[in-house]
Amino acid sequence: MDAVDGNAIGGLLHEVFGSEMTTTVSVCGTCGTARQVGELAVYAHAPGTVVRCPSCDNVLMVFVKIHDRTCVDLMGLAALG
Amino acid sequence: MAGTALRGRLSPRPLLWQVAKVLAVAVETASVRTIMLDVPDWPGHQAGQHVDIRLTDGDYVAERSYSIASAPGEPVALTVERIDDGEVSPYLTDELRAGDELELRGPIGGYFVWEPDDGGPLLLLAGGSGIVPLRSILRHRERAGSTVPVRLLYSSRTLDDVIYRRELDEPAVGVEVFHTLTRHQPPGWSGYARRVDAALLAEVAWPAGMMPLAYVCGPTSFVEAVSQTLVQSGYPPQRVKTERFGGTGGT
Repeated sequence: MDAVDGNAIGGLLHEVFGSEMTTTVSVCGTCGTARQVGELAVYAHAPGTVVRCPSCDNVLMVFVKIHDRTCVDLMGLAALG
Repeated sequence: MAGTALRGRLSPRPLLWQVAKVLAVAVETASVRTIMLDVPDWPGHQAGQHVDIRLTDGDYVAERSYSIASAPGEPVALTVERIDDGEVSPYLTDELRAGDELELRGPIGGYFVWEPDDGGPLLLLAGGSGIVPLRSILRHRERAGSTVPVRLLYSSRTLDDVIYRRELDEPAVGVEVFHTLTRHQPPGWSGYARRVDAALLAEVAWPAGMMPLAYVCGPTSFVEAVSQTLVQSGYPPQRVKTERFGGTGGT
C-alpha cells in the first residue's frame, strides 16, 4: 500500500493537537531519528491512520476515528515538539 | 508515550470546517478542473499548502486533501484530478457548478511550503497533478517579485494531460520549464519522452553544489524514485521536500 507524507494529515493533526504540527519535530522511540512530522510516512487506508518512521518503519502514532471521537496512540514516539 | 515532551504551540486560530461558495469551475484537461472558491473566513495561505474537503451523505462522510493552486493573495483555487473510482473527486470535477457550496477547512500544512526568503535555486519536480502546489509556488514567486532561479520538470502521460499548459508555455523570467511525456508524444515533440530517472535529472537538475532547494510532488512511486535519486546525487535530504499523493496518478 502506498504511503503519503505526514503533511497530508496536517488537518487531522491540527484537530487533535490544536495547532499546526507538520513542522513540529518528532523523535522515533525505536531508532531515535528526529524528523519533522510532515516527513513521516502515513498509511491512511488502514483501519484508522497509521504514522510510521521512514527510517525504521516503527509505528509512531495511530489515530482512529469513531463517530465524533478520535482515539490517539502515541506510544511509538520518544518526543514530539 | 512515557517521557514524551509535548510542548504544544498555541495556535492563533483553530482549524474549523466552513462553507465556501464555488465562484467558477475551469476545464484544465479532460479529467482535471480548477475550482475557484469564495471562502468567507480565509486567513490567507502560503504557497504549497492544502485544504481538506468534506462531503457528507447522510451519516457517511468522506474527507480528502487538495492542494491550493493559487498564490497567496489570490482567491482560493483548487485543481482536482478525477480519480475514476474515487469517492470525492468525481463529484468535484463532474457535478460541482458555480454557486454550489462546499465544506472545507484550511489552510493546512507548514512543511511543503515555499517563501521567497527560503531562497533557491528552486528545483520543482511534478508528476501529473503534483504540479498543483508547485504552480502556487511559481505564481507566488512571480507576484512577490522574487528572482530566485527555477527549473521545473513536469512528467505527464501525454501532452493532453499537461495541466496549466498555456501558463507553463510562457514562464516568468528566470523560470525554465522542462516536460517529459511518458506514454505518448505528438509528432515533432522536442521535450523528453521517458520516466524521470537519474540520467534525466543529471541533465535538468541544478548541481548539488549550488545548494538547491527541491520540491517533489506527485504519486507516491514518482516521489520516492525522484527524491531518492536526488539524494543519491548529493542533495541533502533536508533540502528535498516531498508531497506524496498516494495511488498511481498520471505521470
